[in-house]
Amino acid sequence: MAKRIDEALVRKVAKLARLELADSEIEEFTVQLSAILDYMEKMNELDTADVEPLAHCLPISNILRDDSIKASLGTEKTLANAPQRDGEFFKVPKILDDGSAA
Amino acid sequence: MNELLDMDCKQLREAIAAKRVRSVEATEAVFEAIDKYEPIIGSYISTFKEQALAKAKEVDGKIAAGEVVGELAGVPVAIKDNLCTTFGTTTCASKILENFHSPYNATVIEKLLAADAVIVGKTNMDEFAMGSSTENSGLKQTVNPWDTSRVPGGSSGGSAAAVAGRLCFAALGSDTGGSIRQPASLCGVVGLKPTYGRISRYGLVAYGSSLDQIGPVTRTVSDCALMMNVIAGHDEKDSTSVSESIALVCNYLEKLDEPISELKIGVVPEFVAGGEADVQKATAEAIEVYKKLGAEIVEIEMPHFDYAISAYYVIATAEASSNLARYDGVHYGHRTERPADYIEVYSKSRAEGFGKEAKRRIMLGTYALSSGYYDAYYLKALKVRNLIRGDFTRAFEKCEAILMPVSPTTAFRLGEKIDDPLQMYLSDVYTIAANLAGIPGISIPCGFDESGLPIGLQILAPAFAEEKLLRIARMFEMQTDWHQKKPAMPK
Repeated sequence: MAKRIDEALVRKVAKLARLELADSEIEEFTVQLSAILDYMEKMNELDTADVEPLAHCLPISNILRDDSIKASLGTEKTLANAPQRDGEFFKVPKILDDGSAA
Repeated sequence: MNELLDMDCKQLREAIAAKRVRSVEATEAVFEAIDKYEPIIGSYISTFKEQALAKAKEVDGKIAAGEVVGELAGVPVAIKDNLCTTFGTTTCASKILENFHSPYNATVIEKLLAADAVIVGKTNMDEFAMGSSTENSGLKQTVNPWDTSRVPGGSSGGSAAAVAGRLCFAALGSDTGGSIRQPASLCGVVGLKPTYGRISRYGLVAYGSSLDQIGPVTRTVSDCALMMNVIAGHDEKDSTSVSESIALVCNYLEKLDEPISELKIGVVPEFVAGGEADVQKATAEAIEVYKKLGAEIVEIEMPHFDYAISAYYVIATAEASSNLARYDGVHYGHRTERPADYIEVYSKSRAEGFGKEAKRRIMLGTYALSSGYYDAYYLKALKVRNLIRGDFTRAFEKCEAILMPVSPTTAFRLGEKIDDPLQMYLSDVYTIAANLAGIPGISIPCGFDESGLPIGLQILAPAFAEEKLLRIARMFEMQTDWHQKKPAMPK
């Protein structure tokens, strides 16, 4: 199957997942994820060339409903849990620089 | 302990309706028990004494005035803390949601309230329902009422411990890979994972969306049927909840006591011979009970069962990594104190807010979905999932239900498996296949091991066959008294 997971790959995955992991966690996860992925290699014993993937078990496909306007939560309720807000907006640190470094 | 607390929901509901017991009395008895035992058991993340007593008083008033009341009128129940409520917090036992106040109620909460249930509190769990022992809770520890040095199982460990410990009359849990059935088994109570789509997941905080299902944790099969009457059914807010045209919701209590005649039960010989010796013995004895009741025991094969853990931990973690991306420190939940930039709002908030198992599963899922590994892990797992569903389809051509253990062991010691995630995952061996196939499964008490710890029997049925499944479980319950045993509560 795939190559064994190493620390560099664990760091890459942590970045993709937006998780800042301590070095000790990187080390620990490298060992643990390797063991789990090794166990999962077991799936390769099965020939699945002719098997369809099954994403969910329901006998339904697309669910349609009328495109009609219904009441929504409203601004106050929506913002009530925001860590930081500014009026009617969620507040976050600056994403773009002032212009010097575009 | 107050004798009221030994009633099941059905008895209590009848006693309240007949004005022999007031809901306020029952609710006060529950809170007395909570005051006394909760410091040891630790089953609740939050309780709502004032609100519960007010609701109880309201129900008593309605009954005194001769008004029509709901199916759970006045019955004190608990709910797992991954179900959204407009009252209190909805934490998922995670630091990242420790102060989260949901702006809406889950559909099952609306249904409980409409049935006039008294909601006592919200129960502890493995963080985001990820775990098999409730030790992954980021907020507190829950212990098993039968032996406080042992785990209650998980992830709905708080719900199972509260029901077993008489700290409520029934509870709701959620089951993604066994999270209702396994703690029910380890705590000696009844737990049902309904068919995927039978109960609305609206307001259930998502973990593995194609696997998650809400279900009851109760002391008897009858109570389980009663709870299903309240919570089952289509909900337009959840497009994966199945419409009545596909599967009718029925009155699960109506024929509950009628045994199924000419019942054919499937067993896989190697599963009956699996697990600890005491678990094997209890499972074999349960099969004998059904034989005496006239059931025919049919040997079946589940050739792909061995691959279920691998497929499950790929699919569940992949879905989890995607579902948990919403905890971004922006819209709700924990945000890191002084982020250097917007990337740190995400990466530090998440690092500080998530516990170890949540991080581990996000990592595993992100890996399985990432470029270059998707086909080898995720796609492969979905194909294996189809093979496992095929095993069940073929098995159910030969039988109406399948018996097997819930867990290979009884309750293990606190800390025993916490440092070895793979060992913890392997303890789900008998429960996860039902989630992959979407079928219903129940855990009912079927004995005790030599240390006096409860053992559960698992019964699985085809999709949407809950009515029959409950009747089959009830046949066993009427022949045995395991469900009447209760833990000697710690002093």
